[in-house]
Amino acid sequence: MTGEVISQWMKKTGPDSDVVISSRIRLARNLENIRFTNQASDDELKEVIGKINNLLLNNNKFDLNLLELGDLSKNKRNMLVEKHLISPDLSEKNINNAVALSSEEIISLMINEEDHLRLQVLLPGLQLQEAWEMADKIDDYLEQEINIAFDEKYGYLTSCPTNVGTGLRSSIMVHLPALTMVNRVKKFISAISQLGLAVRGLYGEGTETVGNLYQISNQVTLGRSEDEIIENLIEVTHQIITQERNAREILLKEKEIFLKDQIYRAYGTLKYAYKISVEEAMKLISNVRLGIDLGIIEDIESTILNQLMVIIRPATLQVLKGEEMTIEDRHIYRAQLIRERLQ
Amino acid sequence: MLCQNCQENDAKVHVSKIINGEKEDIYLCEECAHITGDLDFGLDFSFNNLLTGLLNNQFHPHHKINLSNNNIKCEFCELTYDTFSKSGRLGCNECYNSFTDKIDKVLRRIHGNNRHTGKIPKRAGEKVMAKRKVKKLRKLMDEAVAKEEFERAAELRDEIKELKDEIGE
Ligand SMILES: [Zn+2]
Ligand SMILES: [Zn+2]
Repeated sequence: MTGEVISQWMKKTGPDSDVVISSRIRLARNLENIRFTNQASDDELKEVIGKINNLLLNNNKFDLNLLELGDLSKNKRNMLVEKHLISPDLSEKNINNAVALSSEEIISLMINEEDHLRLQVLLPGLQLQEAWEMADKIDDYLEQEINIAFDEKYGYLTSCPTNVGTGLRSSIMVHLPALTMVNRVKKFISAISQLGLAVRGLYGEGTETVGNLYQISNQVTLGRSEDEIIENLIEVTHQIITQERNAREILLKEKEIFLKDQIYRAYGTLKYAYKISVEEAMKLISNVRLGIDLGIIEDIESTILNQLMVIIRPATLQVLKGEEMTIEDRHIYRAQLIRERLQ
Repeated sequence: MLCQNCQENDAKVHVSKIINGEKEDIYLCEECAHITGDLDFGLDFSFNNLLTGLLNNQFHPHHKINLSNNNIKCEFCELTYDTFSKSGRLGCNECYNSFTDKIDKVLRRIHGNNRHTGKIPKRAGEKVMAKRKVKKLRKLMDEAVAKEEFERAAELRDEIKELKDEIGE
């Protein structure tokens, strides 16, 4: 069911999910001869939503459910942001824009974001090729009924010149706790960036990353085919996976007690804490996840942690609770949810 | 340090982005990092700065581009090049024609390339092919007229009309 707190896909694992959390394909498309979102009139924006709505009414091949953002509460909108189904911009604007979601929330079609259409396919683990094939099919389905702005020379025309051509942004989210522990991440990031890829990490206070999560995506969208872009990213991802696994093995061999201590302390805190911030929880979840992947912790599944990473975030937490909460109350409720799920 | 987005709260979240080997750092408060989606979304505003920097470079004296040129306007959406160079966002598909020389340079700098080699959509692709054919036929028609082969020219004219009707022009 769309709109539930946990997306169906989060309950599943994918290939190489000890390192790769998720794979994402995003295609930017615009409707021909309708001004792009930033220049469009209200009527034009409504026209775009209307066209997609009609398409879904006539032939809803991918079983998409259209939600106008203006109809949703702020927490519900932010929950969609926290689940990576819509962009923060779409949530903030929430006038004349919409999102169409598949029941498993693998497919998300944002309407009137920076481009008229932003199609996203999100799969667990390393499944970039699969995600692209699915996105390609949905793109064909949309194009059958809707005139898409396409230029012989420049390809798919987008509002921002950084997306023109294929309109394709492919990305993976990786969990790199061991590379972080052995201080290799910075070196790695600079190496990856030489290959035309962007790396983003979430940092907390100081220099340590929160949750040891990084997103890697292609930058160039023009002059390379979709297959080239995706193959390049897959190749780099395989190298990252190898490096991270090596680092884990070395740590386990040479720093077993240190590692076990870190992992069990994290597990203990999550299991028994009565108050916890997002930052602390993300850090501990990362350690427990490493414990599961190394076979040190065996009584919980890593998909539970994937789900926890989403439900502990502020908006989702409040949707779950069904009410607005103060920061203090959120810390208490967050700890409660984590305890319940880890018992 | 203050958050670079809201300029209000203390920056606690540090995000790095690397484009073509150049690292860009951005510092946000927790709230803004949350709003910008931390990992998956957002940050386009930081990239945007970089992009508009790139666009504005064209106004730099070293680049010897006539400033009055920047008031060119897209006929279809009314966006001026000046506005585009500030926002980094184009207003419609016609903008790519309206600002073609400048956009071409921008694209080369961003992508190191200016020609799409990826997917061609089925229907729009057919249109592209038909347009190419119309261009070719026009040339042949002009040649026929020049050679005073009026019968041939009339045939070509009909063919062009048929093609144009097909693609709805
Ligand atoms: Zn801020
Ligand atoms: Zn325009």
